[in-house]
Amino acid sequence: MSPSAPILAVRDLRVGFATEGGLVQAVDGVNFELRPGEVLAIVGESGSGKSVTAQTIIGLTRSSNARIEGSVELDGEELIDASDATMRQLRGERIGMVFQDPMTSFNPVYRIGSQIVEAIRAHRGDVGKDEARARVVELFDSVGIPNAERRVDDYPHEFSGGMRQRAMIAMALALEPEVLIADEPTTALDVTIQAQILALLGELNRKRDLATILITHDLGVVAEVADRVLVMYAGKVVEKGTLDEIFYDPQHPYTWGLLGSLTRLDRPRPKRLPQISGSPPSLLALPDGCAFRPRCPHEFAKCTELPDLRERITDAPGHCDRCWLDPEEKRAKRQVEGQIGLEAPA
Amino acid sequence: MATEPLLEVTDLVKHFPVKRGILIDREVDQVKAVDGISFSIPRGQTLGLVGESGSGKSTACRAVLQLIKPTSGSVKFEGQEIAGFSRRRMRPLRREMQMIFQDPYASLNPRKRIGQIVGDPLKRQGVASGSELRKRVNELLDRVGLQTEHYNRFPHEFSGGQRQRIGIARALALQPKLVIADEPVSALDVSIQAQIINLLDDLQDEFGLTYLFVAHDIGVVRHISDRIAVMHDGKIVEEGSADQVCERPVDSYTKKLLAAVPIPDPRESRDRRAGAPASS
Repeated sequence: MSPSAPILAVRDLRVGFATEGGLVQAVDGVNFELRPGEVLAIVGESGSGKSVTAQTIIGLTRSSNARIEGSVELDGEELIDASDATMRQLRGERIGMVFQDPMTSFNPVYRIGSQIVEAIRAHRGDVGKDEARARVVELFDSVGIPNAERRVDDYPHEFSGGMRQRAMIAMALALEPEVLIADEPTTALDVTIQAQILALLGELNRKRDLATILITHDLGVVAEVADRVLVMYAGKVVEKGTLDEIFYDPQHPYTWGLLGSLTRLDRPRPKRLPQISGSPPSLLALPDGCAFRPRCPHEFAKCTELPDLRERITDAPGHCDRCWLDPEEKRAKRQVEGQIGLEAPA
Repeated sequence: MATEPLLEVTDLVKHFPVKRGILIDREVDQVKAVDGISFSIPRGQTLGLVGESGSGKSTACRAVLQLIKPTSGSVKFEGQEIAGFSRRRMRPLRREMQMIFQDPYASLNPRKRIGQIVGDPLKRQGVASGSELRKRVNELLDRVGLQTEHYNRFPHEFSGGQRQRIGIARALALQPKLVIADEPVSALDVSIQAQIINLLDDLQDEFGLTYLFVAHDIGVVRHISDRIAVMHDGKIVEEGSADQVCERPVDSYTKKLLAAVPIPDPRESRDRRAGAPASS
């Protein structure tokens, strides 16, 4: 990875929503930088704030009851206080988006091709209809849609899930954005199709130097495509590091739990699947200190104090976590039956 | 010890007609959702049924339970042929075979309290009423990891994992012999999936349950199953012990399915990519 300048920088991003039950701090201080050609995976469960983070970057969480603080810089330009018109111009043009459900992302009553043509012409007024259409055929080819010339005139329902997701990616890439945000792009797909889409994303990444934010709950998907990983829990980043750091030297007990609870085809099956007990906390009633504390078997007195996100091990710059345990102690504690995992509560 | 399997399915077929025409419904084609599958499950064991969307696994479950009428084939439960049974004749058998559904948000009546939801099967089958009913429901809630104070709550007050526990408690209320679970964990968060799988495992040991476990996630299926059947286009393309199917697959479709499962290990997935460049 070349240490080129970051294309996207997110600093101290906080997003709160006013609800009947009080203020929900959905995102609570997220920081990261994204460089061209890099894939950053944001991992977490429902309610961890991963999707809200992505949506806020492209200005989709703006509303009267949302409180957005911090900074999102795209190539040096601040987006948090940018006008709605600027954001509209920028979405698609500079930041492309792919969502989880390709069925609801297209308008069912228009031909897929013409929807993408429309998107292109909305941003590039000087591009003629025929030229835009030719461009869509080209894009369909590049994302592996067979018979592109014919398929551009199909309706969304005539596409299978995998093909629709390819069309979605083609649309996201139509204006050659510098950043791609993919929110659970393969969750609704079958595994064989998922493998194709992941390979496609990886290829686009390398060929076009595209900076990608991949939001997922699936660590298998992360291992396939990510360069760096952000683990989120209850609105906060609890650990961040390179792909290998997160998988082979994870520092936060929640990360251990996620890694441990995976069913792995490449290993003999354990008698019992290691689990994380309890459930994610309500954002309206977070515990004091570390939010993972009530589910953590390694909790001790200091955990009622909120740990900051910082480097806690000496040999890995940039590998940060929010856990008070001593790194050496962590390395011993995370070994459960010879594998990384979260020990069962006493 | 009974040697006959609890459930024996032979050449089960379910075809759906494709009709055209306004005044005269002409059958122009058939969707062969389930196209002649056979399997059997010994008592106390788990058969995992894996396959991608559209492979016919959910239709197979429904045809086994006679929720839809099979086109042909035989379904034997404890040696008794039940294929084609009417709703009335199935009713007494419903106690013995229960189902756990995928979507814990859609499978619980939002206007009923948890106590009612879990107690309803007991009441309908005339097993318990009054204070006995309440006692039984509380025992069930306790067994699946919920608390007595949840009795009077509504489904929307629970998380996805808790709702799935409620669904499991309801399925177990009548002490069934066979439980068919259709994608019971795929709507749940990763950290909750393991809890539910472990719970299903424990309940099987405790009550000697027999499971037909349907899922698209072959890793989950392998963990819980004794044997695995792989479905593709309405047919079972491979069947064998869980470890054999996952470690030494024979069928080409099974191999393709296994090769597509991402391995949560960066080094191994790099090796795999280097070894076999994925198609794009």
